[in-house]
Amino acid sequence: MNAPRKLKVATTSLAGCFGCHMSFLDIDERLLDLLEFIEFDRTPLTDIKHCGPCDIGIIEGGVCNAENVCVLREFRANCKILIALGACAVNGGLPAQRNHLDLRDILAAVYVTEEGLVPGTQIPNDPELPLPLNQVHPIHEVVNIDYFLPGCPPSGDAIWKFLTDLLTGHTPRLGHGLIRYD
Amino acid sequence: MSESSSFILDDQEIPFMPGQSVMQAALAAGVFIPHLCYHPEFRPHGSCKLCTVKINGRPATSCTTPAAAGMEVESNTPEILDKRRTLLQMLLVEGNHFCPSCEKSGFCMLQALGYELGVVAPRFSLLYPARPVDASHPDVLLDFNRCILCELCIRASTEVDGKFVFALSGRGIKKHLVVNAESGKLADTNFSLADKAAQVCPVGVILPKRKGFAVPIGQRRFDAAPISAHVDEFKPVAPGERP
Repeated sequence: MNAPRKLKVATTSLAGCFGCHMSFLDIDERLLDLLEFIEFDRTPLTDIKHCGPCDIGIIEGGVCNAENVCVLREFRANCKILIALGACAVNGGLPAQRNHLDLRDILAAVYVTEEGLVPGTQIPNDPELPLPLNQVHPIHEVVNIDYFLPGCPPSGDAIWKFLTDLLTGHTPRLGHGLIRYD
Repeated sequence: MSESSSFILDDQEIPFMPGQSVMQAALAAGVFIPHLCYHPEFRPHGSCKLCTVKINGRPATSCTTPAAAGMEVESNTPEILDKRRTLLQMLLVEGNHFCPSCEKSGFCMLQALGYELGVVAPRFSLLYPARPVDASHPDVLLDFNRCILCELCIRASTEVDGKFVFALSGRGIKKHLVVNAESGKLADTNFSLADKAAQVCPVGVILPKRKGFAVPIGQRRFDAAPISAHVDEFKPVAPGERP
């Protein structure tokens, strides 16, 4: 009898700090157990640039620019299950703390009026740079999200509990101590 | 226990004393009912609606409903828990509740109830309101981003401190907490860190300065056990014990 097909998992960090990915690696040697059941598609761990058809997509970070929107839509189009991982994906988190400020004022404060800038410094406008959005959005405001795992970051144990629940066909239940908003 | 002085809460017989609310009797019996605007030392307010239960099949706030013999009260049912989750989600998207940078994290009732009820998703679109903080007072920071309009600080300042420092202003979604001073600044009131109003905020609005993050993660109020296990801290106090 053939071994069951491994589930394909893709991950990405949008407007996040990669802290959630670091926390994912914090499951330590259990990562080897996990690899018995999953294989990675697009993720910073494999450096694959685009995601193919996947069973599970894990999104860290909110949506702060046009590229984030494209990547998120690519994940939604390819992943059967999409998971918001961490505070920024769930509610915007730290990047969303700019949301009550005017974007032009923020860019001007950093690139124009900040003291000590090289004379002639301007707000970057290279066409290669993705355009920032007026506000940072949690990912459920852009595409449908199947599961949410809050935390800044969620602990390795919370990620392990969540993924093992999911892989064994259960609705993920974190319980006290693993569900955290900070 | 005679039939005349008890009611049924989720199949459990709860004794009560005359004058007690459903909430008070439940808490006294060691049964936790989620709440935010209720405080054992103050008259019930009935505004957060989180303590809503079904009494003989009809929804009612347990903090404002007097206990009566023979009542059949439902609290811990999927339907009511789902409604409480929705209320918490609406509170969470209305303000700016960014727990990772909040000094009240681990001590916050809104956060603890989110954990208790398993709120993992915002569900609604976040409003991200602009609410500047008031750092004018030498000893206290006001961070309006987290206000849930429970009016506990208003009640404490009015009823206990006799100072009338806080009030609500505006209507509907524009309703917000204000400071009773011509400048609107806390520094221009007679507010003091020793006031009762400085100690009752269930979330992270009224914060003592220079004391942030004093308790390590793991040792904070709601780290070890969920808020429902802290039921003893919410038991009713006799009128004479009120400070």
